[in-house]
Amino acid sequence: MSALGFASQLLEILVALALAPLLVGWVNQCRAWLQSRDGPGLLQPYRLLHKLFHKDSVVAANASPLFRAAPYIVFGCMLLACGIVPTLSIDLPLSPAADAIALVGLFALARVFISLAAMDIGTAFGTLGARREMLVGFLAEPALLMVFFTAALISDSTSLTTLVRTLSAQELGIQPSLALAAVALVMVALAENARVPVDNPATHLELTMIHEALVLEYSGRHLALLEWAAALKLFAYAGIGIALFAPWGIAEAHAPLALAVALPVLVAKLAVAGFALALLETLSAKMRIFRVPEFLGMAFMLAVIAMLVNLLLGNTGT
Amino acid sequence: MSAAPQLVTVLALAAAWIALGIAGLAALHRFGVVSRLLFPAGGAVALALLGVALPAVWGAPQSIVLPVGLPGLPFHFRLDSLSALFLMVIGGAAAGVSLFSAGYFRRAEGTPPGLMCFQYHVFLAAMALVVLADDAYAFMVMWETMALASFFLVTANHRSAEIRRAGYLYLLIAHLGALAILLCFGVLQANTGDYSFDNMRVQTLSPFWASAAFLLALVGFGAKAGLVPLHVWLPEAHPAAPSPVSALMSGVMLKTAVYGFLRVAYDLLPDLLWWWGVTALAVGLVTALLGVAFAAVQSDMKRLLAWSSVENIGLIFAGIGLSLLFAAYGMPAVAALALTAALYHVASHALFKSLLFVATGSVLHATSERSLGRLGGLLRVMPWVGWASLLGVLASAGLPPFGGFVSEWLLLQSFLFTPQLPNSFLNMLIPAVAALIALVAALAGYVMVKFYGVVFLGQHREEKLARAHDAGLWERLGMAWLAAGCVLLGVLPAQGLHVLAPVVERLTGASLAGGGWLLVPVAVERASYGPVLFLAGVGASVVLAFLLVRGLYHGRVRRAPPWDCGFPWLTHRMQDTAEGFGQPVRQIFEPLYRLRRHLPTAFDARPRYAVEVGDHVWHWLYLPAARAVEGAARLIGRLQQGRISIYLLYSFAALIAVLLWVTR
Repeated sequence: MSALGFASQLLEILVALALAPLLVGWVNQCRAWLQSRDGPGLLQPYRLLHKLFHKDSVVAANASPLFRAAPYIVFGCMLLACGIVPTLSIDLPLSPAADAIALVGLFALARVFISLAAMDIGTAFGTLGARREMLVGFLAEPALLMVFFTAALISDSTSLTTLVRTLSAQELGIQPSLALAAVALVMVALAENARVPVDNPATHLELTMIHEALVLEYSGRHLALLEWAAALKLFAYAGIGIALFAPWGIAEAHAPLALAVALPVLVAKLAVAGFALALLETLSAKMRIFRVPEFLGMAFMLAVIAMLVNLLLGNTGT
Repeated sequence: MSAAPQLVTVLALAAAWIALGIAGLAALHRFGVVSRLLFPAGGAVALALLGVALPAVWGAPQSIVLPVGLPGLPFHFRLDSLSALFLMVIGGAAAGVSLFSAGYFRRAEGTPPGLMCFQYHVFLAAMALVVLADDAYAFMVMWETMALASFFLVTANHRSAEIRRAGYLYLLIAHLGALAILLCFGVLQANTGDYSFDNMRVQTLSPFWASAAFLLALVGFGAKAGLVPLHVWLPEAHPAAPSPVSALMSGVMLKTAVYGFLRVAYDLLPDLLWWWGVTALAVGLVTALLGVAFAAVQSDMKRLLAWSSVENIGLIFAGIGLSLLFAAYGMPAVAALALTAALYHVASHALFKSLLFVATGSVLHATSERSLGRLGGLLRVMPWVGWASLLGVLASAGLPPFGGFVSEWLLLQSFLFTPQLPNSFLNMLIPAVAALIALVAALAGYVMVKFYGVVFLGQHREEKLARAHDAGLWERLGMAWLAAGCVLLGVLPAQGLHVLAPVVERLTGASLAGGGWLLVPVAVERASYGPVLFLAGVGASVVLAFLLVRGLYHGRVRRAPPWDCGFPWLTHRMQDTAEGFGQPVRQIFEPLYRLRRHLPTAFDARPRYAVEVGDHVWHWLYLPAARAVEGAARLIGRLQQGRISIYLLYSFAALIAVLLWVTR
């Protein structure tokens, strides 16, 4: 636990807080360009947050304290998630607090709280959203765990920092198991972040929405926190993808100079990932909710196959 | 006597429980004495048990022979690490449940209060003595006492036919299990005629007989624990019993079966065969998956929790199976990891399931409703019960930083060691098993959101719920104790491991290092989990976010009617029902259920849609078995004509046959 470690931990959290809305803005902007629109500009998410924080929070008359606490808890969970996924450095003092399995648990904790909060008012859309969110969650969670297990079998560890250290030390080349796991992770990330084939972040058609239905009753600062938390979640998932499948450039311990390099590298990777997400969202259509189990079941199967491939072929990269 | 001070104390505490029970009989109808004096005293005894058993975990085994029972067959008792651990589980959960019971039982509910108190305390004492028994005779006597006491507790409200039926089913399966356990002990004593566990430990059995003993133990203890296909009594008996009794049965009694299984598999059987572990693992997994899938579609809150107990028992047996597998292959360190996971789950399930069951008791008393379709919005009128249940629900859903997550984490970690197994076929299979465990854990979250969301959140589904009252002081105390246990087990896992270490060490020959703030199975580089740091991280983010939002912006709140996309005519019937919430699971796991749908046609004057969810096991195993028994009974019944001449003819024929056989 060095001073540098604390500095990089703090830097990582601040960068996540600052960049997460930008990432959302970038994805929206790319999507607008791909759809031949002008787009609202990169900074739109910040303006939205600022506006929402200023507004009064309108809370339903029958809401319990759980409803008002949930946005803070979800925000806290996502911030911690961004703090333990190594995006800039692997010298993170918070890293021993949670390994990959606990990270999955952290996402689950946030999901349970937001779903409970959505059920608190007792509206049709709230419970509908909670049910769908939990449906997506219980299908996506094992798939995400299996993705982590594939990586864990390669590096003999579930600690995220060790994962990054081993994977970035490997030769450049595609491991079949990691390739399969990467596809699975993309599918899980799309579902978990309410992205197009599963959910549409821009939807206002009530019957099809998942994430929007969950936050329907929220307004003002609570909504701002939830939107920010959603952005942080997208950032964390992008971070997971980068850490597992493109870990080059993340600073090793005791290397202050590398930290300076790591930030632009991260921004570049996020820009590519954001563009890819926008492309994927533009090219695919939203599917019916009944198809989501098939979609996520496929992700789950892919991740399990990735694990089996890893066991069959052994560790080809090292 | 002085050679075994802690054992004597524990026996004295069990005797104190029995004495309290007898005092209850003496004060049969004096409700105040029973509820305000005897039940809290029982809770104090439970606390004392917890306090005595804790140091005994590290102590050397102590044994004692009591000259009670049949002449020439004295009771042997022995207190070792494993017994001490389970005594702690019994004491810890019973303390909370007894405190709760002090405020729970009401006048004029079937059984008189004093009798209830007697059955309750005998049940507790029998569970403690089962764990201490050191010969098959004492074990079976205590085991049966436990089964009978719990049977009478389940049928406390015996005027309802449904409850009598549930009690009968429970008694039947309990005795099938007891038969298998008796046979298992019979095999283990290897024709020596000495039924003490000391003798069984030194016997060497051929692989065939050892396997027979193992399978009998799996069936016998599985019947008590609720392993598929012997789980059918759980969802019937738990809703039938009064809530504190459901809490004890689900939280504690199922664990005595886990204890018995561990005792036989790890202590009494000489060597382990690898396929035993695979069998236990497979049975455990099937149980876990079936349990959670059925829990998701229940619409009765206690039945839902009972199915969730089936799931948790499945996870515990999966952990034990994995540990047996590793132990058979001579990998003690990993076997210790898996066993630690299972034992940790035993402790945390005992607490969170007791908590949830007693909470349903409070809900039941406040609303007199058990059906999820008639509850809702109780968090606002019953804040104590609601917030305590939230802790139980989070622990039950296996979420960090609560108790359920620690065991899940340890179990998943132990799966990651399977590539080191020397059996390549198992190497391929077991990752798929880990995937199944992950699925079960995720589904448990779904089930718990359904339970909590439908009972405590949303709008009241009935008018009268708005007038529901919160739990009384004693009930609050009991729930607070159990909830605090859930949180402590979650936040201080390293300390929990420190207690488990001697137990696991004695069974597998290795243990996990405890102590400190981090949970580290092997090395920090390999994996670590620090709930304190985790909680501090989330907590600090929450507090900072709150302060910053308040400081930089404002904290204004305006109350208004719900928005609901501008729809103004919101009624409680627009919320999801329990059935609606379970529908996606029902659709995805359709082959697991035996669904019967009544669909309306276009010409129905009064269209009606209904769906019934049944259990395949019930249909394919129990009903045919019941039919076979009935058929056989009917055949035998033909012999009984009710006329004395016919019976004389039978006697005559039998006599002739015997004479022919003798003179042959």
